Amino acid sequence: MSDVLDRVKRIVVDRLGVEESEVTLEANFKDDLGADSLDVVELVMELEDEFDMEISDEDAEKITTVGEVVKYIESHT
Amino acid sequence: MSNLLTGKNILVMGVANERSIAWAIAQSCAAQGARLAFTYESERVEERVRKLADTIPGSVVLPCNVTVDAEIDTLAEALKEHFGVLHGYAHSIAFAKGEELEGLFVDTSRDGFALANDISAYSLVAVAKRIYPLMTEGGSIMTMTYLGSQRAMKNYNVMGVAKAALEASVRYLAADLGQYNIRVNGVSAGPIRTLAAKGIKDFNSILRQVEEKAPLRRTTDTAEVGDTAMFLLSPLSRGITGEFVYVDGGYHIIGV
Repeated sequence: MSDVLDRVKRIVVDRLGVEESEVTLEANFKDDLGADSLDVVELVMELEDEFDMEISDEDAEKITTVGEVVKYIESHT
Repeated sequence: MSNLLTGKNILVMGVANERSIAWAIAQSCAAQGARLAFTYESERVEERVRKLADTIPGSVVLPCNVTVDAEIDTLAEALKEHFGVLHGYAHSIAFAKGEELEGLFVDTSRDGFALANDISAYSLVAVAKRIYPLMTEGGSIMTMTYLGSQRAMKNYNVMGVAKAALEASVRYLAADLGQYNIRVNGVSAGPIRTLAAKGIKDFNSILRQVEEKAPLRRTTDTAEVGDTAMFLLSPLSRGITGEFVYVDGGYHIIGV
């Protein structure tokens, strides 16, 4: 869990230019972290590369918080 | 082979992040000694473009939203100030609304059709119009296209129509500008996992099909597109204009 969360955090901080402390499990990408639709696409691509996985368009649309990303990755890798 | 573009000034438009095809073109040109100017469309990508451009010494970064004529005028003036003479222009810009890149082409809206053609095709013409006077020592213009201009590709939809307009624009620009020793060509790349491509629905499944069917049995990477673009911008391609080079692992020659 912590490993996945750390890796996700690093990507989110790098892509969105937010502070690490803001990237909590409850943080919503759009509302709390200020991500626009292009940011979200970039995040999905970074996550696909980092975790060597494919996130379908349908699944990507459903993921809105950091915690959901961590959960998704843990159940798909 | 490392000085093909020494002393040449090249404008690169379309860098959004490090995955961008435009970025690969810039790197290939920089490796051959070119001096580069980059543009960014909005403040949103400015920081990213600057960070990347900073890794290539001597680069200039300028704002330009290609849908605004006045911004292209300003860009041309800035290029004249910085470079005096321009030798090359790499155009790697396209946009369509997300909802036009899924479902049926027949549902394309009037607005969506106009927007895709404006940003993806007319931008080449609008920029060329203002920068060809700076190419006083001859020049080379290249743009990025895709097979979806020639064949109906699932979900590519209005972007295929825009790419067809872009390809026709390349031919007409080549016919116009040849008298000034300015060449105009395109690279038709296989699908590449860029930010723009990810806007196309089910993009990952398109990549899988290419891996399976292309003669080279793999997808295209940006570096090989960058090198072909560099070739088109260099004197090595001096006899070529109005042409398209397919950098797609041979996918376009395959039938059933």
